[in-house]
Amino acid sequence: MIFNRYRRGLFITSFLAAPVILYLVYVISPYIQAFYIAMTDWRGVTATPRFIGLDNFERLLGDGTFWKAVSHNGALLLLLPLITIVIALFFAFLLNVGGPQGLTGIRGSKFYRVVFFFPQVLAVAVVAVLFQQVFRPDGSGMLNGPLMALGIRPIGFLSDPDVAFWSVLGVMVWQAVGFYVVLFSAGLASIPRDMFEAAQIDGAGRLSLFFRITLPLLWDTVQVAWVYLGILALDVFAIVWVMTDQHGGPDFSTTVMAAEIYRNAFQYFRFGYASALGVVMFLFTVGFAILSLRLSRRERIEY
Amino acid sequence: MTTMTSWTVANSRKLARQERRRRLGPLGMLTHLALLVWTLLTVVPILWTFLASVKSEDEIFGDAWSLPAALRWDNFARAWEQAHIGQYMLNSVIVVSFSTFGTMLIGSMAAYVLARYPFRGNRAFYLLFVSGLAFPVYLALTPLFFVVQNMGNVPLVGPFIGLNTHAGLVLVYIAYSMPFTVFFLSAFFRTLPTAVGEAAMVDGASHTRVFFQIMLPMAKPGIISITIFNVLGQWNQYQLPLVLLQERDKWVLTQGIADISTAAGYDQDWSALFAALTLAILPMLVVYTVFQRQIQSGLTSGALK
Repeated sequence: MIFNRYRRGLFITSFLAAPVILYLVYVISPYIQAFYIAMTDWRGVTATPRFIGLDNFERLLGDGTFWKAVSHNGALLLLLPLITIVIALFFAFLLNVGGPQGLTGIRGSKFYRVVFFFPQVLAVAVVAVLFQQVFRPDGSGMLNGPLMALGIRPIGFLSDPDVAFWSVLGVMVWQAVGFYVVLFSAGLASIPRDMFEAAQIDGAGRLSLFFRITLPLLWDTVQVAWVYLGILALDVFAIVWVMTDQHGGPDFSTTVMAAEIYRNAFQYFRFGYASALGVVMFLFTVGFAILSLRLSRRERIEY
Repeated sequence: MTTMTSWTVANSRKLARQERRRRLGPLGMLTHLALLVWTLLTVVPILWTFLASVKSEDEIFGDAWSLPAALRWDNFARAWEQAHIGQYMLNSVIVVSFSTFGTMLIGSMAAYVLARYPFRGNRAFYLLFVSGLAFPVYLALTPLFFVVQNMGNVPLVGPFIGLNTHAGLVLVYIAYSMPFTVFFLSAFFRTLPTAVGEAAMVDGASHTRVFFQIMLPMAKPGIISITIFNVLGQWNQYQLPLVLLQERDKWVLTQGIADISTAAGYDQDWSALFAALTLAILPMLVVYTVFQRQIQSGLTSGALK
């Protein structure tokens, strides 16, 4: 018996040792160090860090570029989930419920699901380069070419500070929609068919089928989607860094928190300051997580 | 009388349905139109890239929608050789093969123990892993760089796991994949029946053997889902290699692609850029089309857990 317990303990230890050590070294310890580094003036690889308390945070309050970045993340946090979820719900409904018979979904729905999902499997960095070409400001761009042929002035999708942010948002929506169409389709598949049938027999049209049945029963999945897209909006980096001019748009018109952290750390070598920005980003993320947990505490519909 | 009413009701229902169908006619057209528009939005930029990859430089800078006069496959040769896409792709394959294998091996081990063996501190370890889900990686970026740099000073293995090494990146990928892998798989292991494993233990199988020969095969659906999730996530990763691999010949594919478009400036080889993009996209398109069912369900079940 004692031998058995010893063997059990040995087994548990041997299975946990490698994952726990790797995780402590590469994940937990950097996160903890970041909070200390944020309170130092550490610059460059050779200089030794000096403790300066909350000075970095004080300086950060007056950092216009960083607050621009925060406002861009904030705008994405509102718009990206909203637009993506509306489009994806619309398509998921059409593909699964909204066919001409009302229940079957539209013809070719499998094909659409496969095609819509495709951008999801591409690397964000690759998508960024792809759209850099699509958005080219001269006649060689995929969009500006036809515009110029029609005699319309080319649009500076990435070079015009008023437009660049919307280009970033557009690409993010482009990449995300397919995933949520599939996600919502999976959610719809778990709703019993006879619910739709009963509603139809009672004379529900497609609109009320959507708003009275589909949306309420899909609400849990919509919340999951909202949280995922919110995290995506707070974490965005590669699209902005790779796609937009000067790694953050003309006059920082597209920059985001992650880009400013990377810029400060690995271009300006302000390690202390970059970590302070990281702490602020962390606070925003935790705030978002708490808020969404709070808001999603709502009665579930059982069926 | 009763038959009469039910006939009327049925008939009026039928009429109503026909009426509704007629009313939805143009709406049906619109839905098809909406779906078609999004299909084009998805497909056209990609096809346009493929088209540009066989154009000459002059054709690329001419009319954006013109067809190439001749198919210039040499663009691909230049992308593969001179722009080193072949090397970067090989680097990606090496890194992702090892890191996914490592992630799945030790991730499933940790998840299994945490899901099936109550012991003191179990809950704490579980929360430790799962807490990683809530933190933005950018907070850890600076210290992580120095942690990996310091790993380079470890005696014996140092030169293999420091900065600018593939093994170093593999270890980092594994560590950062732990939160989701452990979270997902321990939920999965908890749903599996206990009887088979207990029977094997009674027959004298060791804990380790039960795990590898019974539990792991039973958990296959979950393992496949999370493997797909990790392969795609690690293959598409850009941020971590950008920080940890600064020597050009170590770069992974995403770094290589991003660099061709930004660094070269005026003497840019645009044809090769489009060819490089095509080389990055096409294999993913093929793999996705073949495995689309598994990939879709793998990624969405990953998201829903």
